[in-house]
Amino acid sequence: MPLFEVFVRSRRGLDHQHVGSLRADDAEMALQYAREIYTRRREGISIWVVRSADITASQEEDAPAFFEPAADKPYRDATYYELPKEVKNL
Amino acid sequence: MAAASDEFQARIDREERIEPQDWMPEGYRRTLVRQISQHAHSEVIGMQPEGGWISRAPSLERKVILLAKVQDEGGHGLYLYGAAETLGVSRDELIDAMHTGKAKYSSIFNYPALTWADVGAIGWLVDSAAIVNQVPLQRCSYGPYARAMMRICKEESFHQRQGYDIMLALARGSAAQREMAQDALNRWWWPTLMMFGPSDADSIHSSQSFAWKIKRYGNDELRQKFIDQAVPQAEVLGLKIPDDDLQWDAATGHYRIGAIDWDEFQQVVSGNGPCSRQRLAHHRQVQEDGAWVREAVAVHAAKHRAGSDGPKAAARNSDTAQEGRADAAV
Repeated sequence: MPLFEVFVRSRRGLDHQHVGSLRADDAEMALQYAREIYTRRREGISIWVVRSADITASQEEDAPAFFEPAADKPYRDATYYELPKEVKNL
Repeated sequence: MAAASDEFQARIDREERIEPQDWMPEGYRRTLVRQISQHAHSEVIGMQPEGGWISRAPSLERKVILLAKVQDEGGHGLYLYGAAETLGVSRDELIDAMHTGKAKYSSIFNYPALTWADVGAIGWLVDSAAIVNQVPLQRCSYGPYARAMMRICKEESFHQRQGYDIMLALARGSAAQREMAQDALNRWWWPTLMMFGPSDADSIHSSQSFAWKIKRYGNDELRQKFIDQAVPQAEVLGLKIPDDDLQWDAATGHYRIGAIDWDEFQQVVSGNGPCSRQRLAHHRQVQEDGAWVREAVAVHAAKHRAGSDGPKAAARNSDTAQEGRADAAV
């Protein structure tokens, strides 16, 4: 039985968020199960299910190549810049 | 290998979570499969003692509450089976291990729920004990287990409250109802204390689990925490804890209890509890009775897959229909 990842949108205006995974024979059943398992208490207004096998994920061993280039670019953050105390609203 | 194992422990020591794709020692994987599957089985077997009272609940309100509670237990089982499956075991293997007695479930569910007050006592005592056990597991080093526990803990407090609410109603009721509540407390108190497992000195699984941060508190410590919470709650109900040696120890700020009957615990754990055979037989029966549903769903899915590859089905499942569905989801 294939594995599905479940995403739930808690209310309009927010992103769908990953809430967990489940096994089901097909997407229709996965959606039914997701409703029973993850939204028994008004947790959401919309559910996405996607086969886990269809997700392309970055690999742990690639993490340096993927993410380290961002580490030495602190000037991309607002907090990098020091302002005189008297400057407001910037 | 040494490097991988050092990095693994270093990550745990830094309070980082271990995720399914990470390297982990075989013992860590084995321990987690044992613990998570035992936990999952407990949730599912735990549906039985209370499930029997759904059709006999004393009011419609109590009935829908109990239905929701028992449904939650099934849901908790599914969260946990899902977490166990990330460790490379299949649901069938897990269920089979329970049926053959290789995997255990909590000893508490081998006791019968004889009266309606038992439903109250189970919610109040058993679910309270479960919460005391589960709260630290939210910080367990294995990510999928910790996340399942967060979800479960959030729902578990409803279970505890509805149980206490049943006990309150009975304790404030007629003499017969109070007696029924007291009788349930008498029968469930000691088995609940045994839920935390043997004394730390006698527990075979503890020390490595501490190093791996699967476990963070000792059995005795958690048991004490539960006792300190439950004794005053019993006082509010006006019920008596069935322990003549129970006393408040002002020096330590804890309640001291009498001796636990560990022989009884061993008996129940080794499959000789009052309902042990019945619980497993029922689970097996339900598993067999439901086989045709699982088969039908699999056949339907296979047919659908085969069909959607052909030209006819492609027309039936047209792109517009699919898009309409995606829109509805957004």
